[in-house]
Amino acid sequence: MGSITLKNVRKAFGDVEVIPGVDLNIEDGEFVVFVGPSGCGKSTLLRLIAGLEDVTSGSIQIDGKDVTDAGPAKRGLAMVFQSYALYPHMSVRKNIAFPLKMAKMPEAEQEKRVAHAAKILNLDSYLERKPGQLSGGQRQRVAIGRAIVREPAAFLFDEPLSNLDAALRVNMRVEISELHNNLKTTMIYVTHDQVEAMTMADKIVVLRAGNVEQVGSPMELYSRPANKFVAGFIGSPNMNFIEGEGAAKHGAHTIGIRPEHWQLSTTEGAFPGTVGVAEHLGSDTFLHIQLDDGTPIIARAEGERDIHHGDKIFLTPQEGRIYKFSQNGLAA
Amino acid sequence: MARAVSTQTKIGWTIAAWIVALLIFFPILYTVITSFKTENEAISGFNMIPSFTLDSYREVQSQYNYFRPFMNSVVIAVGSTVLALLVAVPAAWAMAFSPTKHTKDILMWMLSTKMMPAVAVLVPIYLIFLRTGLMDTRIGLVIVLMLMNLPIVVWMLYTYFREIPGEILEAARMDGATLQQEIVHVLTPMAVPGIASTLLLNVILAWNESFWTIQLTTTNAAPLSAFIASFSSPQGLFWAKLSAASVMAIAPILIMGWFSQKQLVRGLTFGAVK
Repeated sequence: MGSITLKNVRKAFGDVEVIPGVDLNIEDGEFVVFVGPSGCGKSTLLRLIAGLEDVTSGSIQIDGKDVTDAGPAKRGLAMVFQSYALYPHMSVRKNIAFPLKMAKMPEAEQEKRVAHAAKILNLDSYLERKPGQLSGGQRQRVAIGRAIVREPAAFLFDEPLSNLDAALRVNMRVEISELHNNLKTTMIYVTHDQVEAMTMADKIVVLRAGNVEQVGSPMELYSRPANKFVAGFIGSPNMNFIEGEGAAKHGAHTIGIRPEHWQLSTTEGAFPGTVGVAEHLGSDTFLHIQLDDGTPIIARAEGERDIHHGDKIFLTPQEGRIYKFSQNGLAA
Repeated sequence: MARAVSTQTKIGWTIAAWIVALLIFFPILYTVITSFKTENEAISGFNMIPSFTLDSYREVQSQYNYFRPFMNSVVIAVGSTVLALLVAVPAAWAMAFSPTKHTKDILMWMLSTKMMPAVAVLVPIYLIFLRTGLMDTRIGLVIVLMLMNLPIVVWMLYTYFREIPGEILEAARMDGATLQQEIVHVLTPMAVPGIASTLLLNVILAWNESFWTIQLTTTNAAPLSAFIASFSSPQGLFWAKLSAASVMAIAPILIMGWFSQKQLVRGLTFGAVK
């Protein structure tokens, strides 16, 4: 079991308020991603749940039990750190067995669990090596192995993939998702990468300056962002925002149109502009367009398009795909 | 851009380095040579070739008991080092892993005490020693030398502990380790190289200390540094014997230093070079 409830959790470092007050419900078995720009307090929030930081006020419950004042060891959570945080003087085997040793588990059971974790993570042949002799991806696996063997109430991941190269990151992303499907244990995952958030999460928590901006499934956030910040943060490339006259026509202070929701035409349309850089990816073409009023726009066109630098182009938002925002940034 | 160094320049620097090294080493070499001379040879001017007599060594050993100051040196060097580590490990631990905004100030203040000339506090310490009965005792010297070297020990350990990533200690905490287990199973094994080189350096510093050991001892607790000094006493100077005694005094620490060179180099760079 691993349901986690935060009630008005507040954290301040001295006079600096990092988390002004967060309420959050995490169901047992959910894959929850905390996402937001750097410095938004997502890692702090995770560390509060882990017990590595003390809350300034508010309470944290795990499976209905108040753990606000319990130390990290008492919470039954496992954490995977960004730097992996392996014990450099211990072999992979000892690293993975360390939490079991601390729990004074019988040796035979320890060995059984280590062997099981090693098998899941393809670490069988590396068990006697020291962390220094492993590649980044292997170290990450060891860190995950060390978390798995404890059979924790929940896994906490603190930007676990940011030290890996791009290709490996995609692989590990899939592996972690696969792991979640097999274990069905609650996972809380912190990242600044909205692609990781979209692809892995059951539930995304978007944070800005310590405040929860929106909580929802990836598709909810994509199609019904609560405000301009969430709209701009979720989706890749970022949503385009148009203010002024163009927005007023739709009865809003600002309108947002995602790059994939434009209709392109070389003859007529709602917004005339000029093509700048065109990025040809084969499957898609990303066009950087400057509207006549100076607003920069990114538009995605499917497949190869015969559009070049300096071409005149007309953009029209697809019907029903216009996001409207009021002056204070809230969805209208 | 990589600097191109010509062979000529390299040879030049190599020669220069050898000359400097020999200049620094020369006094020690000449002491060793003199120790193998007769007293007559020793006072008859500069001479690099001795008659290889062991008379001075024999005389030093028979007239003066070498073993007692040697044991005093061992007890004082090891004792003050162990005591310093017992105080400094928790102190450095606290400063490295839960620093406050005044931690740096405290560290600087501790270092600043090393800038004060020792002689400035000679009188008060001398009087304290007289009145507390610590004069000419090993325990008295252990305490003084521990206090003298404590700033350096704390600084060295602090820099070593700072190199240990906090996340690893947090990982141990998440893995269910108590503070004690965290220190025993994770921190100490990782800090062993740092603690070892701190220990070595401090033993050497304590072994070679001669201001306090000479001022605060007469016979009972006098270590080797005071033993050497006793050869330049009332009867006049006996260069050969003084040299023999010096060689006997520095030999143990020189041998220890030789075998632990690698640790020491790391120790002396204060953890600045990874």
